[in-house]
Amino acid sequence: MVSFSKVRKYFGDNEVLKSITFDVAPREVLCIIGPSGSGKSTLLRCINQLERIDGGRIDVDGAMVGYTEHSGRLHEMHPRQISRQRTDIGMVFQNFNLFPHMTALQNVCVSPVKVRRERKAEVRERAEQLLRRVGLGDRMNHYPRQLSGGQQQRVAIARALAMKPQLMLFDEPTSALDPELVGEVLDVMKDLAAEGMTMVVVTHEIGFAREVADTVAFMDGGVVVESGPPAQVIGDPQHQRTRDFLSKVL
Amino acid sequence: MSTDVSSGAETKAPPPLHLGEAPTVGLKHPSRWIAVLVVFVLAAMAVHSAITNPNFRWDLVGDYFWAAPIMDGLRVTLTLTVICMAIGLVLGTALALMRLSPNPVLRSAAFGYVWLLRGVPLLVQLIVWYNLSALYPRLSLGIPFGPEFVSFESNHVITAYTAAILGLGLNQAAYMAEIIRAGLQSVDEGQLEAASALGMGRLRTMMTVVLPQAMRVILPPTGNETITMLKQTSLVSVVAVADLLYSTQLIYAKNFQTIPLLIMACIWYLIIISLLSVGQYYLERHFKRGSSRQQHKSLWQHLRRTAALRRDTSALGTEGSTPR
Repeated sequence: MVSFSKVRKYFGDNEVLKSITFDVAPREVLCIIGPSGSGKSTLLRCINQLERIDGGRIDVDGAMVGYTEHSGRLHEMHPRQISRQRTDIGMVFQNFNLFPHMTALQNVCVSPVKVRRERKAEVRERAEQLLRRVGLGDRMNHYPRQLSGGQQQRVAIARALAMKPQLMLFDEPTSALDPELVGEVLDVMKDLAAEGMTMVVVTHEIGFAREVADTVAFMDGGVVVESGPPAQVIGDPQHQRTRDFLSKVL
Repeated sequence: MSTDVSSGAETKAPPPLHLGEAPTVGLKHPSRWIAVLVVFVLAAMAVHSAITNPNFRWDLVGDYFWAAPIMDGLRVTLTLTVICMAIGLVLGTALALMRLSPNPVLRSAAFGYVWLLRGVPLLVQLIVWYNLSALYPRLSLGIPFGPEFVSFESNHVITAYTAAILGLGLNQAAYMAEIIRAGLQSVDEGQLEAASALGMGRLRTMMTVVLPQAMRVILPPTGNETITMLKQTSLVSVVAVADLLYSTQLIYAKNFQTIPLLIMACIWYLIIISLLSVGQYYLERHFKRGSSRQQHKSLWQHLRRTAALRRDTSALGTEGSTPR
């Protein structure tokens, strides 16, 4: 579903991703853990081209991201094509980034209606269903500022799901939440994983990674130090750096 | 303390008083009353003199208030304001987008425009547009450095009225560009990322996500600019466009009743500006939606609520002496 091959990324002279290679299978849940500044958020943002990569290639659903191959050359995509690639990838941000001038329902409806040109009535019905599914059936007409952090993040998940994505990206979805609100967001994500959504999750919630992930990748200093099933990476880490990190967060 | 304990039986200390139960004596504000008195006396003097001083000629103010030349002038003033603000908004938005463009040539071009049009006095700009024929006697449409398709006499195209529109509108665009740029930049970058992640293109993001939020920042100064523009249109009298002020001047140049006629013009300006302010209030309220945790109330609801609150406080039994 997602495949990274020798992906490099620089911020100025600073190499933040150092030749990253890995694959995510359909219906797989990959959790990326690691200290801040290790490049895990950057890696996630490269998948839907919020960041551009400087080397290697990323494929999503069998198609290279951001470029088309043509007679032995890579041609940069037009922004319109990039937008189209993004519509199949849902993203949830640390700071929710809901549109504050729209109600919860409008936030969920806006992109299927404006980008996909779907019929309003259908989208509205689907959006109401999604909001009920994330437990916000009674908050549809509230503006984001009238909602708690946990509720906002659940609206953000519903908004991403409204585009019927094949892949969901989560960038530290619970880091900006009060501790007692983390659970309600993680519960929604667990349901999503159980339904077979392919997910890449950057998180500090080791418990969630252990319970939900098929694969856990530990990143540090721009490289994937080790990856594998949670029982192995979290339960029996092979590298000293992984052990140091886990001893601090567990 | 020790006396309390010894004589406790005879003089029992009263229970401590609680706010809301015991009568409360509000702090007196004698200086406020003096200030109120001063203001009232001054206001009374002003009104008294305005009524009794025959030189004001209020009869003339009334006579000319609906006069035909004044109505024509008013129409010119309003049309100029609307057209020039429209030019300012459209061109200003384009300039603001150019200033924020990744293309350095577009950025510098917009900067240069704002620098020039904001730096040169408006009066000078109006005169230059009016006298454009001195610089370019003929204007033509065609391929740059190539053949011409049509050409005109400058004096036929640039009338006093078009000179006024060009001068005011192009100058306004420079100011609007800065206001709109500030508004666009006030929108959080996360909003752009969220819109991109949902597959929105640049234009779609601008229209659905950025502009509606930027409007909150753009509207108040734009309201200000509209009011300034309304009064600024009076500058066009230098190129002999008969706006409200110029029409007034034409009348008092004949009958020498300068002050009464100027008062009449000012009353018209004040009336229009009051109407504009009401419109601005409702526009701002519309674009404020979602910006606070509370539902927004109309001006009328707000006034009623304030009045109700005041009744509540006074009903609490405070002997306040605050002037109301």
